[in-house]
Amino acid sequence: MIALQGLALLLLLQTAGELIVRALGVGLPGPVLGLAMLLPALGWAPVARRVEAVASVLLQHLSLLFVPVGVGVIVHLGALAPLGWKLGLVIVVSTWVGMTVTALALRALLGKSEPRDG
Amino acid sequence: MADFVELWVYLASTPLFGLTATIATYVLAHALYERTGQAPWANPVLWSVVAIGSALVLTRTPYPSYFSGAQFIHVLLGPAVVALAWPLWQRRAELRGRCARLLLAGLVGGAAAAATAIGLGLVLGLPGEVVRSLVPKSVTAPVAMGLADRLGGVPAMAAVFAVLTGMVGALSARALFGLLRIDDWSVRGYALGTTSHGIGAARAMQVHPDAGAYAALAMALQVLMASLWIPWLARWWAG
Repeated sequence: MIALQGLALLLLLQTAGELIVRALGVGLPGPVLGLAMLLPALGWAPVARRVEAVASVLLQHLSLLFVPVGVGVIVHLGALAPLGWKLGLVIVVSTWVGMTVTALALRALLGKSEPRDG
Repeated sequence: MADFVELWVYLASTPLFGLTATIATYVLAHALYERTGQAPWANPVLWSVVAIGSALVLTRTPYPSYFSGAQFIHVLLGPAVVALAWPLWQRRAELRGRCARLLLAGLVGGAAAAATAIGLGLVLGLPGEVVRSLVPKSVTAPVAMGLADRLGGVPAMAAVFAVLTGMVGALSARALFGLLRIDDWSVRGYALGTTSHGIGAARAMQVHPDAGAYAALAMALQVLMASLWIPWLARWWAG
């Protein structure tokens, strides 16, 4: 029951997030706003206990949740065929550059001015 | 044969088919992934997507009839993103101490990914609207669609690029970080989440809890940062 209460809480926060985003017309996804609202509430033990119960299950299987979207992309990939290898090259190279720059920048930044155990 | 076809037509038209296919294929793909000692090439999302996608194409089952069942899985993405607050909360002291440095690395890395996509896209002569749709590809798909629209790109194309970027990152992260000799889970997770949003975070979560938490944070920060700098870029690009 405690996990179900946690799920209800997550859904309520997502719904609140979607409503606020629509009402204010801000360019954020509802769930991300829900995440931001949940963070401070986790300081309250009854909320934390319930969220933990559902979050552990949901996040452990997060990959599964991307399968329906992924299938949609694969099925419609034919439409992008005329752009072919050029498009593939741009996506692959820019992703690697982004990951490399982020990782090297963060490693350099964390390496200095922080105790080793931090 | 006619009976079989009739049966298939019936089955493919109920939501049960899409739901069963998604979960059963994923469970199978995950078992194979464990068998290979969690080899990156055996990524369960990739093989589930390829298997289900091929089956749909071969049987000429339209995507919407698959999605009528798969949407029950898809809809859980929303609460799952809200639930990412939990791993962030668990590490709140460490994250607060690193806040400025994480923001800076995310900004530099996100900009590098977008700039490379624009530059290489223009050099290779991709159409303008394609290049504009590529810019927000490191931001989670629903947000990327809105941002591409502001840039004069095509939202549907932007969503496809975002998902492909997520898959490329999730599939190649281990090899790339091995090559760069980066073994800190927080750095690996953060870099993967910065470029490959939710799909990267899902992969990071499978590999290590610290990597998962940092990837989740990176995904959320990219949404915030891109929502600020992409409209600015759009004004500049239009003028």
